[in-house]
Amino acid sequence: MNVDYHALAPEIILGITVLAVLVVDLLRIPKYWTAVIGLVGLFAAFVPVLTLGFCESLDFCTEPETAQRVLFGGSFVVDTFSLVLKGLFLGATAVALLLSVGYIEEDRYWQGEFYFLMLCSALGAVVLASSRDLVTLFVALELVTGPTFLMAGWRKGDPRSNEAALKYFIIGVLSAAILLFGMSLVYGYTGELTFGGIRAATAALGDSALLTIGVILTLLGFAFKVSAVPFHFWTPDTYQGAPIPVTAYLSVVSKTAGFVGLLTLSYQAFAELRDVWGPLLWILAALSMTVGNLIAVRQDDIVRLLGYSSIAQGGFILVPFGAAVAGNVTGDQLEQAFFATVTYLLIYAVMNMGAFAVVIAGANRLKSTLIADWGGLSSYAPGLAGLLALFFASLAGIPPIAGWFAKLVMFSSVLGVDSGWATALAVIAVLNSVVAFYYYAKVIKSAWFDQVPDTIPAAELRGMGRAVAPSLQFALVLTAVGVLVLGIFPNLIADVGDVAKTVAAGF
Amino acid sequence: MGWFENGWGLSLVVFLPLVGAAAVLAIPKANEQAQKATALLFAGASFVLSVVLAIQFDYGSAMDFQFGTDLSWISAINSRYIIGLDGISLPLLVLSTFITVLSIIYSWEHWPEPHNPKAFLALILVLATGMAGTFVALDLILFFVFFEVVLLPMYFMIGIWGDRNEVTLPVFKRTTEMRLYASIKFFLFTLFGSAFMLLGFLALYFKSGDFNNGVNTFSMEVLSEIGRAGLWGATFGFWVFAALFLGFAVKVPMFPLHTWLPDAHTAAPTVGSVLLAAILLKLGTYAFVRISLPILPDQARDWAPAIGILAVIGIIYASLACLAQTDMKRLIAFSSVGHMGFVMLGIATLTDIGINAAIIGMVAHGVITGLLFFLAGSMSHRYHTREMARLGGNQKLMPVMGGILGFTAMASLGLPGLAGFWGEFMALLASFNPLEGLSESLFRTLMVIGAVGTVLAAGYLLWMLQKVNFGEPGEQWQGHTFHDVDAYEMAAWAPLIVSILAIGVFPRLVFGATNDAVVELVAKAFGG
Repeated sequence: MNVDYHALAPEIILGITVLAVLVVDLLRIPKYWTAVIGLVGLFAAFVPVLTLGFCESLDFCTEPETAQRVLFGGSFVVDTFSLVLKGLFLGATAVALLLSVGYIEEDRYWQGEFYFLMLCSALGAVVLASSRDLVTLFVALELVTGPTFLMAGWRKGDPRSNEAALKYFIIGVLSAAILLFGMSLVYGYTGELTFGGIRAATAALGDSALLTIGVILTLLGFAFKVSAVPFHFWTPDTYQGAPIPVTAYLSVVSKTAGFVGLLTLSYQAFAELRDVWGPLLWILAALSMTVGNLIAVRQDDIVRLLGYSSIAQGGFILVPFGAAVAGNVTGDQLEQAFFATVTYLLIYAVMNMGAFAVVIAGANRLKSTLIADWGGLSSYAPGLAGLLALFFASLAGIPPIAGWFAKLVMFSSVLGVDSGWATALAVIAVLNSVVAFYYYAKVIKSAWFDQVPDTIPAAELRGMGRAVAPSLQFALVLTAVGVLVLGIFPNLIADVGDVAKTVAAGF
Repeated sequence: MGWFENGWGLSLVVFLPLVGAAAVLAIPKANEQAQKATALLFAGASFVLSVVLAIQFDYGSAMDFQFGTDLSWISAINSRYIIGLDGISLPLLVLSTFITVLSIIYSWEHWPEPHNPKAFLALILVLATGMAGTFVALDLILFFVFFEVVLLPMYFMIGIWGDRNEVTLPVFKRTTEMRLYASIKFFLFTLFGSAFMLLGFLALYFKSGDFNNGVNTFSMEVLSEIGRAGLWGATFGFWVFAALFLGFAVKVPMFPLHTWLPDAHTAAPTVGSVLLAAILLKLGTYAFVRISLPILPDQARDWAPAIGILAVIGIIYASLACLAQTDMKRLIAFSSVGHMGFVMLGIATLTDIGINAAIIGMVAHGVITGLLFFLAGSMSHRYHTREMARLGGNQKLMPVMGGILGFTAMASLGLPGLAGFWGEFMALLASFNPLEGLSESLFRTLMVIGAVGTVLAAGYLLWMLQKVNFGEPGEQWQGHTFHDVDAYEMAAWAPLIVSILAIGVFPRLVFGATNDAVVELVAKAFGG
């Protein structure tokens, strides 16, 4: 069999890195080398993503005849969409790894294994971006999720961490079961595994209750992964209990992986069944935004707040799917909706990682994640407080920080459709983005407007807490520059999102 | 000088303060002199350039956009970096750079608690970029971004340096510090409005493709052409106008969306109140003139009576509220609602006189109320109270300050010969004869009620003067010596006093720029 190794290079490099981390972990050298190798591997895997993306302008690159490289009978496709998402996964994992270094080091156990698991999970995500059949998709998704069960319970002495892992595990298994059941129904009805095949079969066979149930169950399986309301209840507990870098990883990489599955399934496999998934995802979007926001308003703990915030953000990311609720939606508009989701995911990854980086730095210093304990942060750590304001304002969508553009394309994806339901969703999203500002502002207010609470000993304020680790500093600078540059020059991200529309093409 | 006129000059005016903000942040915290000098340098450069633009401006073709450029910005949604200056935006741009410089000069020795000049100056400079940018943006998304850029700095300014007195919240029955309540209220109100405004912009964008060879656009000029041709359609236009109205009216603020204003103005530090009153409110009224009227002329015609009625309710309501105030700063804040009511009444007549009145009203309100807030700030700094009952005899304790206060109050109540006169007088004049097709009897009634409002305004301002300035100083001030106006205050206020006089005597300073542009706007949009 003639295999296109160039197309597989990111996965191969990442696979070698995973093994290298395991081997180096056995050597008698400082454990941080495992993290360094992991980082180098992630960057190395990024190189073929670039060469594949810019193939036409490179001499050594042999271009495929078509715009995409189709491998293994259509199960594995490398197109611009998958490359953009691979880039996102690699970059976000690299930042998550940077966040972990100082944090995991403190516990002094099994550092090597931690990075091994994280890289395994990232490998799953990278494969997932190219998966175009049900089995590959499922295996990739479980490869993303499996290692994170362990990572969530990493603080084995902490009962909350145990609770987080167990809850996450049980819900994860439940969702996998629902997903598989749905997939088996779809396969049973259509007799096809590849997305292209399913699409053709559904077009030929027409509708049936069995197929509808299969589609709904498949999508609901993913709804658990992206913690859409009402399948979100594991999220706050898991996010709060897990080590914070793991939470950052879960809320960005693992969540995005879920969205990638939703995107490829909805726009390719179930392209002919828009009247099934359109209303379903419309409801999930509206519920996730509203419920996530309203509960977030009441949170006292910053990590838990970010947990609910990520549920609400997930709702915003689902909004463009709701455009399909309109019967008269055109192919162009669906492409716009697809573009909006991908763009939102890219910006969300940068700003959410940044927000978690700030939380890790602050929690490290204050030994507390209660928002009240962060009062007066600006008086003794102005830089950190400034970054906190930056990322939380970005999550709230205040121009000129990156988040506004994500919100803009999200609104426009539904407003562009001439339908009352789509417009209603836009109005719900607008109202929610106002509510969301309230709780993001609560954190900013605590850091900037409030006094330092008496419970925080004065010695800690004078820098007794450990200084911000260099790896964490690097992650902070990277994400901060990211949100500022992308906020002022959104075309940088819009162009990337634009080329990623390939999956939605062909309506 | 080609580069200067092809967008660079205007862009420098807008972005120099932002560069200045970054420069201020880069200076070590201890070196306050350098921070102040840097801030003044960048704000001053921006002001000087805006004056240079005003001098080079071709007043013969004030209806055309000058010094502009049109560059690619976000190609995926066809939003472009389109800027330009016409007779309507020129006075407001100069006003915004002018007030920014004066705010920095005033701040030189007057720092609200907690000190931290570095952050304070950086915020003023970011605000300056947002304000100037809003007045020159000719692309709806660019406009939206600048419109929103001012929110965060003002939020921080009120929240950090604001009033620390405790208040009991009306609905929640909790006590909190004034600054905390006012800052979040300001933000949520404005954000609520501007979120709907954004929906309106997007709706225009998607609809524009139908009439623009399939190309969706955010360009105000192209959208105005579509609006002029009356292509939008009734239902669509109604909802879009409503969405834009919500966004702009909150900012103005118009009754009944004004409730954030008294709290925000009262709680903000002195410079914050000045910038809020002098510039930020104008973003809303300017947006009506720049966006709502030309792009949705038919809907503006339908909505004009409602806007006029709300404006007049605002005038009367604000005057009555002023009469009930005990806090001097809060009184000035409510008077802003009234003055902006006159501006909106002028706009609602949809005539060239009315819109000219609105723009000179904006400029006049900027310099007059800006100065009033400066004065209120300096006085409460000295007396440590803003309660008018405890003030009194100010004229005897601080003759110069008292004199300036008297002068400014006269300007504010619309004394002929001073800046405040033209806006109010011409707004009333215009409502006597509104655009053809608008109900004459309604607008003439509005005129009469508005005229009553001017009487009430004279009433509350004279009442304030009487309480604060006249009479004998209270016993509590016996033995105190007060510093009268200091050099920095004088340096910040003298230019304002001069402008109040100059605009009052030579209104051509403003009309010379605005008139042609306004006439053209009205002619194109309403065929008048």
